[in-house]
Amino acid sequence: MSAEAMPAATSRADLRGRLQDWLPRLVLSPSVAAMLVFVYGFIAYSVFLSFTGSKMLPSYDWVGFDNYRRLFGLSAWTTALVNLGIFASLYILISIAIGLMLAIFLDQKIRAEGTLRAIYLYPMALSFIVTGTAWKWLLDPGIGIENTMHLWGWESFRFDWIKDRDMAIYTLVIAAVWQSSGFVMAMFLAGLRGIDNEILKAAQIDGASNLSLYRRIVIPMLRPAFLSAFVILAHLAIKSYDLVIALTGGGPGRATELPATFMYSYTFTRNQMGVGAASAVIMLMGVASVIVPYIYAEMRQGEDR
Amino acid sequence: MSVATQTTAVRTGRIGRALIVTVLIFFALFYLLPLGVMLINSLKPLPEITGGNMMALPREPTLDPWRSAWSTAQIGVQATGLKPYFLNSILMVVPAVAISTMLGALNGYVLTKWRFPGHRWVFGLLLFSCFIPFQIVLIPMARLLGLMGLAGSLPGLILVHVVYGIGFSTLYFRNYYAAFPTELVRAAMIDGAGFFRIFWRIMLPVSGPIAVVCIIWQFTNIWNDFLFGVSFAGLDAMPMTVALNNLVQSSTGVREYNVHFAAAILAALPTLLVYIVAGRYFVRGLMAGSVKG
Repeated sequence: MSAEAMPAATSRADLRGRLQDWLPRLVLSPSVAAMLVFVYGFIAYSVFLSFTGSKMLPSYDWVGFDNYRRLFGLSAWTTALVNLGIFASLYILISIAIGLMLAIFLDQKIRAEGTLRAIYLYPMALSFIVTGTAWKWLLDPGIGIENTMHLWGWESFRFDWIKDRDMAIYTLVIAAVWQSSGFVMAMFLAGLRGIDNEILKAAQIDGASNLSLYRRIVIPMLRPAFLSAFVILAHLAIKSYDLVIALTGGGPGRATELPATFMYSYTFTRNQMGVGAASAVIMLMGVASVIVPYIYAEMRQGEDR
Repeated sequence: MSVATQTTAVRTGRIGRALIVTVLIFFALFYLLPLGVMLINSLKPLPEITGGNMMALPREPTLDPWRSAWSTAQIGVQATGLKPYFLNSILMVVPAVAISTMLGALNGYVLTKWRFPGHRWVFGLLLFSCFIPFQIVLIPMARLLGLMGLAGSLPGLILVHVVYGIGFSTLYFRNYYAAFPTELVRAAMIDGAGFFRIFWRIMLPVSGPIAVVCIIWQFTNIWNDFLFGVSFAGLDAMPMTVALNNLVQSSTGVREYNVHFAAAILAALPTLLVYIVAGRYFVRGLMAGSVKG
């Protein structure tokens, strides 16, 4: 190699080395850019719109907290919040109760465990639109369960919640629990399988009954599974939209209106974009209050990974 | 379920067991009932449904409702059946799943094996983006798609699904690659292998299981999506879920329940098939989505 060529060769190697240093960041950058624009930029834009007097189209006149004041003055929004409160608490509670029970029962050396597990879980693969369609007709008093009971001779049987303003919200709970309780079962079952059998055997030798075994030892050890189930179900409940549209369309009247359906109708059909954006911001805050502490805890736990 | 071999050491008596099995079978029936009812009634002529018992087996089984749902049912203003919308969904799902999975694999590789200052922040922000209620991005997304001329088109929908799918696909691959020995990557680097060479030759060959999990998850989510479809697809790019909802909710004419049931099963069929064929991976994906770290 001649003396003149030397510097060129080193600088080329240098360039290659520097490129190798930057390549990983270069590969990651489109995704990061997309996330910053489509997630965080869009959140900022929606937050901004919620402080403007936007109607059918975005406008940029600042109105301060007017939209939020109007939002919480609207009976439709308070109804949606109350409905969400009822729906979310029952949905989470019943899904966890059924999921835990099925998991504990399935864990007792049941012969057809695999088949049963597959049956419990398949609704999770369906779209909420399909689930809603199926339950809409099952719950319809004219052709559904009520009609069947009448034909089987139980004339006085009544099950017309879906047409009843006071009861319709519970039909939403039934369909949603049907869809996701199997998933909760799978989470608890994985938790149960992780428990060391030696602990259980030791407690049995000490004379603990099955009931107290589960209450005192097993269920407390399932704490992480409870937490995960709660977080997943709570954020699903706040985001619920498809199921309401397919099952009840928000009715009868406004009986099953939830924040997600409120946001959509105020933004896109009633042309109250400012109020719609404000309702979306409240929904985001709801989800964030559940998810952020969870992510924070999980990331601290996984510090070394 | 990863450790589904060991069952509990708890012992139950004979009566206890009988009770447990009864409850388990009762719930199996509860989960099967809606699908069973839909299947049975999709094979009945309409009068048998409106004038009969939904639990009764069809007296004159017919495939007409299925034919109608697929090719002649009125959806919106057109009597095309679900066929064109099924095609839309396929054309939307395949590229969206492929792109988001590929990006997720590369991102996961960078975030575990080529760490840079602030990688935790990037991951935390990606993780949170998996869970946002999409209502918060609907208005700006509608504006942007309009400005880009992608409103009401398949490319627009694909873009939306890729963008909001990256979070989960990155999460899967990151957690999977985190368990892969970094020493092997270091050794390859010392031998002079570059960034992409290591990815192709070392990381991708071991990524089979997590790729299956990721593809199934993305496929199920994107196929089942309704909110983005109803907001951005317009009439031409309408996916299956939106078409099904339009069919079922349409208020004109006689309600053809049998056709609705056939249509609902058609809409559920692809994800159901995936579940039956690869249920193990499906469950693993669900669990990985709930247990991060």
